[in-house]
Amino acid sequence: MAMFQGYGGTGPAYDEMFDGDRLRPPYLRLRDSLETMTTPELVSRVEALQASYLDQGVTFDIGGEERAFPLDILPRVIEQDTWATMEAGVQQRVKTLELFLADVYDAGRVFDDGVIPRRVITTSSHYHRASANVRPPNGVRVHVSGIDLIRDNAGEFRVLEDNVRVPSGVSYVMTNRRAISAALPETIAQHRIRPVAAYPQRLLAALRAAAPAGVTDPNVVVLTPGVYNGAYFEHALLARTMGVELVEGRDLECRRGRVMMRTTQGLAPVHVIYRRIDDEFLDPVHFRADSMLGCPGMIDAARAGNVTLANAVGNGVADDKLVYTYMPDIIRYYLNEEPILKNVDTWRVGDADAREEVLDRLDELVLKPVDGSGGKGIVIGPRASKAELDELRTKVLEDPRSWIAQPVVQLSTVPTFVDGELGPRHVDLRPFAVNDGNRVWVLPGGLTRVALAKGELIVNSSRGGGSKDTWVLAGPTSPVEPVAEPLPEPNVLEDEVPEHDGEDVADPDDAQVEPDPPAPAEPPPPAAPSGGQAAPAGPAITSMHEQAEQQQQASRRTARGGRSC
Amino acid sequence: MLSRIAESMFWIGRYVERAEDTARILDVQTQMLLEDPTLDADETCRGLLSIMGVEDPPEHVDLAYVLNTLAYDPTSSVSIAAAIGAARESARRARETLSVPLWEVINTANRDIVSGQFGARRAPGIFQWVRERAALINGTADATMTRDEGWQFLMLGRCVERADMTSRLVATASMTAGTSVQWATTLRACGAYEAFLRTYRGQETERAAAEFLLLDRLFPRSVVFSLNRAELCLDNLESSGQRAGFQNDAQRLLGRTRAELEYRSLSDVVADLPSEMERLQRTCALATEAVTRRFFAGSEALSWHGMGGTPA
Repeated sequence: MAMFQGYGGTGPAYDEMFDGDRLRPPYLRLRDSLETMTTPELVSRVEALQASYLDQGVTFDIGGEERAFPLDILPRVIEQDTWATMEAGVQQRVKTLELFLADVYDAGRVFDDGVIPRRVITTSSHYHRASANVRPPNGVRVHVSGIDLIRDNAGEFRVLEDNVRVPSGVSYVMTNRRAISAALPETIAQHRIRPVAAYPQRLLAALRAAAPAGVTDPNVVVLTPGVYNGAYFEHALLARTMGVELVEGRDLECRRGRVMMRTTQGLAPVHVIYRRIDDEFLDPVHFRADSMLGCPGMIDAARAGNVTLANAVGNGVADDKLVYTYMPDIIRYYLNEEPILKNVDTWRVGDADAREEVLDRLDELVLKPVDGSGGKGIVIGPRASKAELDELRTKVLEDPRSWIAQPVVQLSTVPTFVDGELGPRHVDLRPFAVNDGNRVWVLPGGLTRVALAKGELIVNSSRGGGSKDTWVLAGPTSPVEPVAEPLPEPNVLEDEVPEHDGEDVADPDDAQVEPDPPAPAEPPPPAAPSGGQAAPAGPAITSMHEQAEQQQQASRRTARGGRSC
Repeated sequence: MLSRIAESMFWIGRYVERAEDTARILDVQTQMLLEDPTLDADETCRGLLSIMGVEDPPEHVDLAYVLNTLAYDPTSSVSIAAAIGAARESARRARETLSVPLWEVINTANRDIVSGQFGARRAPGIFQWVRERAALINGTADATMTRDEGWQFLMLGRCVERADMTSRLVATASMTAGTSVQWATTLRACGAYEAFLRTYRGQETERAAAEFLLLDRLFPRSVVFSLNRAELCLDNLESSGQRAGFQNDAQRLLGRTRAELEYRSLSDVVADLPSEMERLQRTCALATEAVTRRFFAGSEALSWHGMGGTPA
């Protein structure tokens, strides 16, 4: 039996390989090369694949336990034209975020010109005065970013959220490609795929370009919270492939406003720190006094221009969830361009027009409190009872400004091989961008995360999620007319990829609802968030080990706290 | 090189060697217990445990207990399983500096333990397995690592541990003095039996065997050979260009002990082998402390540099 026979898409979701019974063109060669493969043979290749990941130690940590990261054997294919648009969209987004951050920590023109209320920023827990009026050496704050995309029912890619703090996952993009090359050599050979192995060199070049003024041969290091951090594998891989030291906080010390590392030959200066530690843990002098992961004095060294932190401190204000709703306007404001990639439709209920519509359709939308965190207070219309909806209505009317609404978004599906069977599984995508100050480079493809359980929309690894190798084709696919017909109304929840190291937990806060309703294409301004969030106090954490683990949780907490919608 | 990474390299060297040498010692002892009906099992087991640093063994000890404590039980700090686990943990911390093949052989060795395959193996086979793993790890390191500081620390760790463990091997052999079978088995466990026979032209005496394992300058597992190598590593690590004396405590300690072994008469050394061997083990421990102070506590190294005064 041919491999893809009997494969059926699920419901209204956009399947990226099949349009009903018709094969979509990007997958032509993939189908041809795999069609004759028998299930037992595929199974044996899958086993070899899994064994290789265990041997190599390609793992992530959950609560201190190391697990192999599940990789599905079937790749996801993206056509070059589709990719060109996505790449341009990501570049546009990153450029805008850079301009926005530079403005926010400087003159604040964007507020004066009424694009976004100042309150939205100053009340964010990610706004750090320590970053105000600090100009990074080459103007870059977002050295590395991950822009999360989903594909809606019409097959259009949309931005789910921006990650400009410490986005993780890029290591799996590289290891996945190598593993799939070994598992499906014949298939790989029949495709022309844009390579991903150049990432570390790009990153290193960008980090070197960000060195403090006057340093011609900068010493670059990667700063990790330690082996207990969920993304330690990635930190080690990046340090190794860039050929730089992987340091922990205790390897560093500050002397006379400079950061030094402890070596067998004494102290050596450090110029650029690619830090994989959240702002709050970087420097006990400025942030959490109990942090043992960072190094006291680092922020002052950075402010003095003696060391560059990548990404910059305080970037969290730009990927805040409420700021997200303003992104289309912000793009137009700085670049005078239309957004290439749309947001997922979002209404700020504080806007009178939106409010009416939202109240009408409470039973089909997801309502989120603006200052809620960790899914607190969230109401999923289709799943709520009459009483709950009535209560929600009262609350929304009382204080409409502290609510936003979104449709439930269904993720697209890609054929996936699970338990000896091929079936559609939901995916999202995180492309990674590196900014060296001259150009924003986007790694072709990115990390595709897949929910391995049938019908499941949560793609997190802690919830049984895995990943797929993502192929961006280098040449055109053979011409078959691609038709994508939009399909109506699903009502399923989906979830996001972790935006940080270690953050890997399903967050109902990010549940989306599928649109169709022509949302106010561009919701007009205000809808300021209510109340600012105090900096998270967090419990005192005593051991290093605990902190390295806890950072993930703390970051989750603060992330939500700040993202007030 | 980062002090923390240097420390990890040192301990990878030590733990891998410890796993291998523990397997060699156990190999000899289990074989002895099987072959020699006159041996008192309880006494031999106790002696072995004590030499391996197990302080308070229970009332009744037998071979099964010994194997569990020294080989299988990952929670016992002196077991092979624990040593491999610790080597892997050190490797994980230094992962970005290890070559990929080296990391993988260490990781797969540990995976066999975690997955229970190691525990399922039976006694003689297990020793073979450990020796093979260690050979694979050492060989991969040898073939893939640049001879930089990291390599020197790895070798330093391996040599210090080997000197220490060979001394324990000699001590276990001398437990049951009078049986030349014991020495032959010990030499075999080191893969040294044939070399020994060739060197001493077939004269199998306890004295000769002890001399070979302790003092031979060419046999790579002998104490003197290991100490020599360790000194060499330290010499490579220190680039002081000093013309007299040694600034490094570890170098001083190891050098003095080696000289004592070499220059004292053999009868003197073998007169009280057990306590002689204990002294050697103490030296290794002190040398480790000195290395830690000198290289692994970065800030102290700085003050040392200030004192040392490199030639202007």
